[in-house]
Amino acid sequence: MTREEKIAAARSQAWREALRKSMKAKDRTDLPRVRMNELDAEYRSHNREEVNQGLTAEQAVQEARRCLDCANPTCMTGCPVEISIPSFVKNIERGEFLEAAKVLKETSSLPAVCGRVCPQEKQCESQCFYVQKLGKPAVAIGYLERFAADYERESGQTILPEQAPKNGIKVAVVGSGPAGLSFAGDMAKYGYDVTVFEALHEIGGVLKYGIPEFRLPNAIVDCEIDNLRRMGVSFEKDIIIGKTLSLDDLKAQGFQGIFVASGAGLPNFMNIPGENLINIMSSNEYLTRVNLMDAANPESDTPVPFGKRVAVIGGGNTAMDSVRTARRLGAERAMIVYRRSEEEMPARLEEVKHAKEEGVEFMTLHNPVEYLGDEQGRVCQMRLQKMELGEPDASGRRRPVPIEGAIETVDVDIVIVSVGVSPNPLIPNSIPDLEISRKGTIVVDDNMRSSLPIIFAGGDIVRGGATVILAMGDGRRAAAAMHEQLKK
Amino acid sequence: MNKIVSKKDFSELVVQLEVEAPLIARARKAGHFVIVKLDKLGERIPLTISAADTEKGTITLVVQRVGLTSNKLCNMQVGDEIQDLVGPLGKATHIEHFGTVVCAGGGVGVAPLLPIVQAMKQAGNRVISVLAARSKNLIILEDEIRKWSDEVIIMTDDGSYGEKGLVTAGVESIIQREKVDCCVTIGPAIMMKFVSLLTAKYNVPTVASLNTIMVDGTGMCGGCRVSVGGQTKFVCVDGPEFDAHQVDWDGMMRRMGSYKAYEKEEMKKLG
Ligand SMILES: Cc1cc2nc3c(=O)[nH]c(=O)nc-3n(C[C@H](O)[C@H](O)[C@H](O)COP(=O)(O)OP(=O)(O)OC[C@H]3O[C@@H](n4cnc5c(N)ncnc54)[C@H](O)[C@@H]3O)c2cc1C
Ligand SMILES: Cc1cc2nc3c(=O)[nH]c(=O)nc-3n(C[C@H](O)[C@H](O)[C@H](O)COP(=O)(O)OP(=O)(O)OC[C@H]3O[C@@H](n4cnc5c(N)ncnc54)[C@H](O)[C@@H]3O)c2cc1C
Ligand code: FES
Repeated sequence: MTREEKIAAARSQAWREALRKSMKAKDRTDLPRVRMNELDAEYRSHNREEVNQGLTAEQAVQEARRCLDCANPTCMTGCPVEISIPSFVKNIERGEFLEAAKVLKETSSLPAVCGRVCPQEKQCESQCFYVQKLGKPAVAIGYLERFAADYERESGQTILPEQAPKNGIKVAVVGSGPAGLSFAGDMAKYGYDVTVFEALHEIGGVLKYGIPEFRLPNAIVDCEIDNLRRMGVSFEKDIIIGKTLSLDDLKAQGFQGIFVASGAGLPNFMNIPGENLINIMSSNEYLTRVNLMDAANPESDTPVPFGKRVAVIGGGNTAMDSVRTARRLGAERAMIVYRRSEEEMPARLEEVKHAKEEGVEFMTLHNPVEYLGDEQGRVCQMRLQKMELGEPDASGRRRPVPIEGAIETVDVDIVIVSVGVSPNPLIPNSIPDLEISRKGTIVVDDNMRSSLPIIFAGGDIVRGGATVILAMGDGRRAAAAMHEQLKK
Repeated sequence: MNKIVSKKDFSELVVQLEVEAPLIARARKAGHFVIVKLDKLGERIPLTISAADTEKGTITLVVQRVGLTSNKLCNMQVGDEIQDLVGPLGKATHIEHFGTVVCAGGGVGVAPLLPIVQAMKQAGNRVISVLAARSKNLIILEDEIRKWSDEVIIMTDDGSYGEKGLVTAGVESIIQREKVDCCVTIGPAIMMKFVSLLTAKYNVPTVASLNTIMVDGTGMCGGCRVSVGGQTKFVCVDGPEFDAHQVDWDGMMRRMGSYKAYEKEEMKKLG
């Protein structure tokens, strides 16, 4: 069946037809978009509790009614893994929440995660009929995805996918972020003997060390990892492929396929004067200390600075996570310093909204040019160049240009640099024949095959800093292709 | 996993631990280090692998009591397990036949120096080692270093053993007496800085092994960064060894004091 035929077949099931007829389109489009239940902004900016509380069943069903079950569901084209969006939404409308979760899992291995962290407003929701044709807010696909996935998990009725009989073939995964986890899940389904190697002392990649608890609770990630364990996937922590074990060691241990999902862990700095002063650090360091090492907990041995005035440089999700973390650790003045305007910010809209509600200041069109330190070498001031927007650049966004002579000095105790990451060079450096791009990413074909037949790769190590859903999609594509190759 | 199989006190401050780590023992080379995390809420600290036994599947760590984590580790007993141990990390030392090599180690820096002394000797170099400490009881691994050195000079601050004076005096006496092709120095930052200033004066190429603060040790956080030749480098992946003459020593020492107040507070946990 072609993609279109599949969509049409699902849509013409009797219950779907009946459901469509049960309510007039006009009545559906008149419904307002549901609002996420959130913790109070003042309350939540002093703790780690998850900000979004999810939808109730009534809210979810009501929101699902808004979906028109379009014959040509454009939303699906906006989803990097083409989730059958109308199918799962209509299952929610008819109250079959577990069925909705099942539909999600056909294409996404981590729906509870993606429902929380995907930039829906740029993906599925941006292509929704409501936005495209009605000029109204999109169906809240992300909220509904989260609802169905949470419902399944909390029901205790999580059904593990059916697994093919064990085929005895060993495959290795390097890295336990979303790309590695989704690959592992699919290969376990196909019957392989899967081992995931992780350099750190925790499984989960950025989902654990990067994205904070208030946005993605660890318990949700752990639940996914437990499910993989129950499917027979083994996890080996504290092992760095390319250091502890080489590619040849893996081959000697009988691994017949290797999926590299080692992420884009290398933080960029701006190389401006004063950047190595005390209390200037990358967002990776800040978030790792707080999330992975639990440094804000007095019982933890790892230190983290607490500052009254914290500036975070950058406008992505990582910057938002850092600034909101700083606020929670007691910053009275928590600032985002971003060289373009708010419109160009790459962060999810919701994160920007939440940050503002929590009292974060946005200094857009400002760019640091120098940091000044006190006599002990601690940062105490930053010098900011004011910017204006000029012509569009290669990324299509208007290029920020400095306004001559407009320099502002701002007092700070902590600066967190969040200006992007580069691919983790450990694997590329340790495998001499692997083809690497100029940017340091592993070069792969459409099936995620690298230049070496035994190695596949996906996620941020292939794309540079990207998204959870893309990483997950890569993992699944690589699994399908490796399965094709190995079953021969 | 990661069980401590033997323990030896070198001095009041310095302890040698042999730890089960078969994979690391097999993969490591001179200059590599590991990261350890002792318990659930423990911090991650780097320690150099000073020796390894591939047959027994063990690595040897030599640890100086400095603050909370190093003290906790030194207090562990044979049979105890280190919760997390990962490595080998960093780039291996560049070993070649240079000619005459001076290896200058201070305090616990002698431990990471040992595998380098050994490898330099095995590569056919004439190796002169200079070991320095505050006083006699803090000189460690003297016999092991002697085994791989053509000559050993001992320097103590108080003159209780060997010559009285700083490590630099020992190194300078060699440079003034014969041609030195390369110098390797490991020890407290301030010591390495002065060795570096000295050898720069005599144009002797010098390598120093930097001991910056680290978290992950895999290049992910940048906490270990240091300016070398005007460029920011990550010690855990680009190092830990660098051309000593290019290192911004003052900047590095400043950063090493980042958490001083906190560390003092933490020591109270030892009770
Ligand atoms: C703070 C932050 C917030 C983000 N927010 C969002 C968001 O809201 N929405 C979104 O879609 N995306 C977000 N992203 C991006 C997203 O998290 C990444 O695109 C995604 O995690 C990439 O997945 P991955 O599996 O490729 O790699 P990672 O998640 O980076 O995992 C790679 C893992 O491999 C391990 N590893 C590396 N080298 C080795 C080796 N040699 N041997 C063994 N293990 C190794 C690493 O330790 C790591 O655990 C965010 C990123 C950050 C840092
Ligand atoms: C590559 C490398 C190899 C090293 N090898 C050895 C070795 O073989 N033997 C040995 O005794 N020591 C070694 N060190 C130093 C050792 O890591 C520190 O002494 C130890 O981390 C101190 O921790 P603490 O909790 O006991 O002391 P703290 O009271 O926390 O700190 C004391 C001082 O140690 C340094 N330090 C603190 N935390 C860290 C950290 N996470 N990472 C690095 N430095 C830190 C700081 O300068 C600090 O001021 C090495 C360091 C590096 C970078
Ligand atoms: S220790 Fe984190 S990058 Fe070096």
